[in-house]
Amino acid sequence: MSYFIDRRLNDRHKSEVNRQRFLDRYRTHIKRSVEEAVNKRSITDMERGEKVSIPARDISEPVFQHGPGGKRTVVSPGNKEFVEGDRLRRPGGGGGGGAGEGSASNQGEGMDEFAFSLTREEFLDFVFDGLELPHLERKALLDLEEVRPVRAGIAREGVPARINIVRSMREAQARRIAMRAPIKRALREATEALEAEERKDPVLRNPARIAELKAEIERLEKRLDAVPFIDTYDLRYNNLINQPQPSNKAVMFCVMDVSGSMTQSHKDIAKRFFLLLYLFLERNYEKVELVFVRHHTAAKEVDEEEFFYSRETGGTIVSSALTLVDEIIRDRYPAHQWNLYVAQASDGDNWDDDSTTCRELLVKSLMPRLQYFTYVEITPHAHQALWEEYESVQAEFPQRFAMRQIVEAGDIYPVFRELFRRRAEH
Amino acid sequence: MTRRKPIATGSDWNFETLTAYEREIARLADEYRLDTYPNQIEIITSEQMMDAYASVGMPIGYHHWSFGKQFLAVEQAYRRGQMGLAYELVINSDPCIAYLMEENTLMMQVLVMAHACYGHNSFFKGNYLFRTWTDASAIVDYLVFARRYVSECEERHGVAAVEQLLDACHALQNYGVDRYKRPSPISAEEEARRQAERAEYLQSQVNLLWSTIPEHRPAHGPEHDEEDPLGLHQYGRYPAEPQENLLYFIEKNAPLLEPWQREIVRIVRKLAQYFYPQRQTQVMNEGWATFWHYTLMNRLYDEGLVDEGVILEFLQSHTAVVSQQSFDSPYFNGINPYALGFAMYSDIKRICQEPTAEDREWFPDIAGSDWLETLHFAMRNFKDESFIQQFLSPKVIRDLKLFTLVDDDQDEMLTIEAIHNERGYRRIREALSTQYALSVREPNIQVWEADIRGDRSLTLHHVQDRRRPLAKSVYPVLRHLHQLWGFPVKLLSMEGEEVVRRYQWPLPADLEGRG
Repeated sequence: MSYFIDRRLNDRHKSEVNRQRFLDRYRTHIKRSVEEAVNKRSITDMERGEKVSIPARDISEPVFQHGPGGKRTVVSPGNKEFVEGDRLRRPGGGGGGGAGEGSASNQGEGMDEFAFSLTREEFLDFVFDGLELPHLERKALLDLEEVRPVRAGIAREGVPARINIVRSMREAQARRIAMRAPIKRALREATEALEAEERKDPVLRNPARIAELKAEIERLEKRLDAVPFIDTYDLRYNNLINQPQPSNKAVMFCVMDVSGSMTQSHKDIAKRFFLLLYLFLERNYEKVELVFVRHHTAAKEVDEEEFFYSRETGGTIVSSALTLVDEIIRDRYPAHQWNLYVAQASDGDNWDDDSTTCRELLVKSLMPRLQYFTYVEITPHAHQALWEEYESVQAEFPQRFAMRQIVEAGDIYPVFRELFRRRAEH
Repeated sequence: MTRRKPIATGSDWNFETLTAYEREIARLADEYRLDTYPNQIEIITSEQMMDAYASVGMPIGYHHWSFGKQFLAVEQAYRRGQMGLAYELVINSDPCIAYLMEENTLMMQVLVMAHACYGHNSFFKGNYLFRTWTDASAIVDYLVFARRYVSECEERHGVAAVEQLLDACHALQNYGVDRYKRPSPISAEEEARRQAERAEYLQSQVNLLWSTIPEHRPAHGPEHDEEDPLGLHQYGRYPAEPQENLLYFIEKNAPLLEPWQREIVRIVRKLAQYFYPQRQTQVMNEGWATFWHYTLMNRLYDEGLVDEGVILEFLQSHTAVVSQQSFDSPYFNGINPYALGFAMYSDIKRICQEPTAEDREWFPDIAGSDWLETLHFAMRNFKDESFIQQFLSPKVIRDLKLFTLVDDDQDEMLTIEAIHNERGYRRIREALSTQYALSVREPNIQVWEADIRGDRSLTLHHVQDRRRPLAKSVYPVLRHLHQLWGFPVKLLSMEGEEVVRRYQWPLPADLEGRG
């Protein structure tokens, strides 16, 4: 007797729990691999999972086994030229019996690395593990324009589609009990009186009283029947109200110096930093828009391709870019609807007088509206005027203004982690 | 012979064709007296197959990271194309659960049904090891019980604590079987009913065992000992006989385990016992299933139920399954149990049907006998070790060109001890049989003494087989054992009466400092 069962539609992630247990157990190993991968990866390449290797000895499941040495006899197939009594040199030296040892260790000492793939989600989980967006108190609810209907209890009015049947029936039952109780009581009294009257000796009976009582009973029974099973008065509706929502949109401004002093490798470093930030924002907001602003002496909004790959030369006026960002925010991204992030990358060069202007611009106009401003300076050299001015901005907005120096590509991820480390005081 | 129309052609399948083929295979299997459990054939996707793989085919199991690791390994190999998912996975249960992957062609589905649902299934039902050691009707229920119990423990005692315990048990699971005693059958209901009772009882037993008040014994001991005037040590070692079932010994005697921990040790032990026959019947089991899928597919073709396309595809696949690489091939991966088993069953049939003079000399009992009867007899009453000892014929040795190589670490050179000739047959047969003996494949380790009157240390004896030492994994395993036992654990490698190597955990203080 046999029967077929089609299980194809059943859950296909039976092993998910075990998989997660494994990832948890080897968290530190995996994190190390992920860290290396982030630093090694080509720039556009964060959108996929990652192959992770763990030294096999760290995850082996030990059992008692025979080690090399001693005397063993191995039967093998495929003899070609051997005859009995042949003496052979040991291949590769050592005492290890090469050929198949029954069912030798299945995942034991043979393999050096245990390799497996993380999905993109798992990969990013590890990349951003322990990080949080600072200053994430979302926009105050007052000036919010986005609303979302949410359930808000039960109402007496509403559209038929939202009738709450259970509540309505409960109301109806309560009303029926309340309305019928006095009638029932009167009916019972009348019935008892009638019975008492009828029990009397025929001589003593009062026919008028009996007729009166019978009429009364009839009237009460009619009233009882007239109590409706359900009434419009009973109906209850699920109530929905519109609740203002914290904005779930973010815009990220990538600001980069493209003057002659910024080489392609500087730009690559900047790009990785921007990318990490973008991925991180993407995990926190439903929608993230990107605005690319590049500048030398003048600033310009460009597309991604041009931002990273076109070459320009000339001096550097940082304030031009900040002014443009300010304008774009004013035109397109009202601060009460958008969470605003600015990431700036530069080699630290600026027109001397301009740095003060930048500070003014930031403190007066930009910072009050921004969620967060990060500045990375990609230079192995000493800091210049811009860095010093920015330091004073940071002193004024310690929660929302962050700046770090990056010397080489390997610094990016550690710097990023430091900037967004989950802070204890929160 | 009447040529009938094939049930289906091409490589696409649907439930009607599968059902029709299944019915035909069942009819033919019945002709060959293949006695099977009812079949529950499940169509699954490749992802589900990977899930099934990760849990050794079990439809349900407790959670443990090692299964996750297994899953990742399978997934990775499959993605890279290193490994086609095996097309057959079958569970020794009643009903017998077999999986068909949806990606398989029609031919594959028919092949898997013949191989798993009639080959393996009848082996599970017929072979004495399975009959003795496993209870097909109870296993799924028991797995459900085990899963629920383990997850209850996780809730109560934390995932980490349970995981640690399972790690330790898994390290010893190959030593969780009574090899010579018939185990009591497992039944989930019974387990659940008795579990609470057992927990309490066990704990009280253990407490008694470790109680510091000496039991009342006759005051006048058999002999007076100056060293031990009170006669505290006169009752000898505990346990009186060496114990081969380490997990059982732990479950019953580990002094500090909580009742729930004992129960988990028991669960691992019971499941290890369930897999015990499979580890000893690889060649027989796969050979049997392969022999029958080959026979049944050919019958289907003879009756015209499959067309030429299907049978050619089948032959190609079958040839790949039973191919045996020679020892010097880069693809050599030991002896292929499918190849060896198939060759042996086919040869038994040949010996019965067309015996040569050599066969009459070597197999006087079976040469010329009824082949089906003999084949069933061979399937029922042996395990790999004894099956090879009994039935490996000179012809199979010649066909596979088997030879034995002696690797002795006291000898600079390797020696070819026997090849496929008159002088070598018996020696090769002996050596191959030994190679499949579990007792030789795995180190022989037994509980020697639990020092219940002293420092509570546990001493194991490893009886060396031809001077083969233990691999380095002995230390992590001892560490696990130490976690279970709770007091120092020692392991002595014995060569005869002589101790050749000592291991212990915790490591002696001076070693620990350096290591």
